[in-house]
Amino acid sequence: MDTGSPMLSLEDLKVEFPISIGTVTAVNGVSLDLFQGEVMGLVGESGCGKSTLGLSIPRLLRPPGRIASGRILYRGRDIVRMGKRELLSLRGSKIAMIFQDPLTSLNPLYSIGHHFVETVRAHDGRVSRREALGRAASVLESLGIAAERLDEFPHQMSGGMRQRIMIGLALILSPDLLIADEPTTALDVIVEAQFLDLLDVLRKQYNLTIILITHNLGNVAQLADRITVMYGGTIAEVGPAQSIFDRPLHPYTQGLLASIPNIRLDEPKLKTMAGSPPDLVDPPAGCVFHPRCPQVMDTCRQDRPPLFARNGHKAACWLYR
Amino acid sequence: MTEELIRVENLTMHFPLQKGLLANIFTKGKRFVRAVDGVSFSLCKGEVLGLVGESGSGKTTTGRMILRLLEPTSGEVFYRGRAVSSYAGRAMEDLREKMQVIFQDPYASLSPRMSVGDAISHPLLIHGLAKGSGARDRTLAMMEAVGLSPAEFLYKKYPHQLSGGQRQRVVIARALVTEPDFVVADEPIAMADVSVRAMILELMIRCREMFDLTYLFITHDLATCKYICDRIAIMYLGKIVEIGPMKEVFANPVHPYTATLLEAIPVPDPRYRRTHPMPKGEIPSPINPPPGCAFHPRCPLAEPSCRLNEQHLVDLGSGHKAACSLKTL
Repeated sequence: MDTGSPMLSLEDLKVEFPISIGTVTAVNGVSLDLFQGEVMGLVGESGCGKSTLGLSIPRLLRPPGRIASGRILYRGRDIVRMGKRELLSLRGSKIAMIFQDPLTSLNPLYSIGHHFVETVRAHDGRVSRREALGRAASVLESLGIAAERLDEFPHQMSGGMRQRIMIGLALILSPDLLIADEPTTALDVIVEAQFLDLLDVLRKQYNLTIILITHNLGNVAQLADRITVMYGGTIAEVGPAQSIFDRPLHPYTQGLLASIPNIRLDEPKLKTMAGSPPDLVDPPAGCVFHPRCPQVMDTCRQDRPPLFARNGHKAACWLYR
Repeated sequence: MTEELIRVENLTMHFPLQKGLLANIFTKGKRFVRAVDGVSFSLCKGEVLGLVGESGSGKTTTGRMILRLLEPTSGEVFYRGRAVSSYAGRAMEDLREKMQVIFQDPYASLSPRMSVGDAISHPLLIHGLAKGSGARDRTLAMMEAVGLSPAEFLYKKYPHQLSGGQRQRVVIARALVTEPDFVVADEPIAMADVSVRAMILELMIRCREMFDLTYLFITHDLATCKYICDRIAIMYLGKIVEIGPMKEVFANPVHPYTATLLEAIPVPDPRYRRTHPMPKGEIPSPINPPPGCAFHPRCPLAEPSCRLNEQHLVDLGSGHKAACSLKTL
């Protein structure tokens, strides 16, 4: 991992969705650095802003969603202020994205080969159809799919194979950043394990930097170098995977870790977390987690905590002031 | 826990494939989706049996046949020793009071036009168990029991005003309000967030004690079985490949498929490394299942004989059975 200048820097990013009853602040002041070659696990429950954060990096937010403030620096260039031409040259060829449900991401009327040809030629019209198919065949091979299947249609493939097609489409332009938004949620457990193993091989083969968005901490445990835990649109905790699992600082991370089943451990029951995630139209004052926090203090109700460093990682919690 | 509540014998569901008129005339023999293919097990009073499998394994279809939401192609379900198919009319309605269901998606299984109170009291009205203020009182009591409090306040709320966890509590309250003794829980926590999952699981365990329930817990997630199930049955392509006491199956999985499933569960520990590679491929089509042992194309231990011989559950003692001749002979 290159510890020099980050490949991607989010600076105080704020994403809003104006709706009839107010404004949902889905991402509220997130700052994060990503380094070349690392896998960052972006973890949180539904509504924590992880997917919105992922979508806002290549600026794929659907209106009325918008980046209200902050910067997204990709190799020093600010994506937020980028013109359309520059943005198009970045999407796909530098920053690629795969989504949860491969069936709705593929067009049922086109063959798999057509998806690849279209993707390649949209970015470089000089590439012939034949050449694009040739490239597609070699990408599929590295994913363990026979080249003959380029003539098939999405409905002829199993769920795991469709998701491998999706990652093939993402990789054919050799991007250096891959944003994977819950890529295994629609897959069965064995296929999920196969896919995560494949991702680990591909990251080395293609020298990828990956943001792996998931609600399942167990999924990123072995793959991620670092983990970011999000809650209520903010970063609760960020640091090396090992240290997050060994010494979670934030009470939310501690609760999350205690509520996931671990069949390798002998504990008779799961711990539960009281309360439910915050209303993002009118979030709680101070720390967004304070209404559910077992260790809440007076400060927490008034002031929003910045990230404090401890044990080699950082947590947004006043306990570590 | 010796009294037998539910017994399932050789339950089979073959869904005929719909084809065009010409295809029906010109092809001989109908084709079927063999969703469930000869499943047998029994449940004792107060027990929780986990029915585990990947999508397409037939676990949901099995649950639905037990509740008689689907008529089986063949086989029989017995409730307290009496065949469920022998119930009719009023008797069947009374039986439905005693056998309830919790579905996966609390968004789809609640009517958006019915308030929480209406949804939960509805079964009471349908079965004529209570009406008016009596129904209201029983509903409020059930709401408090499942943690929907303050019940008075939530009674008038509509599903869209509730969180996902609260909705699933409404679904549970609605299933339990007729005082059933058997509940089929079909992936009750699959849609929920991690922190909500633990809460729902905890609630189901508490309800089991409070109301003396017996659960058939259908899930694709073996890990959650550890916290709620007494026994588990593993399904693959419409058949049970292994069944036994939960602890015993977890500690000594006999069927290679069970071992693979256990190995595939994500472990929340960065230091953990899998010891065996995952098998290639995915669950085959139940329209044309592989001959012999259905798992043989993916099985790391497969031998030529696995292609030829159909496998049957073999008793390994203390209720642990597995269908793999390589491991049980």
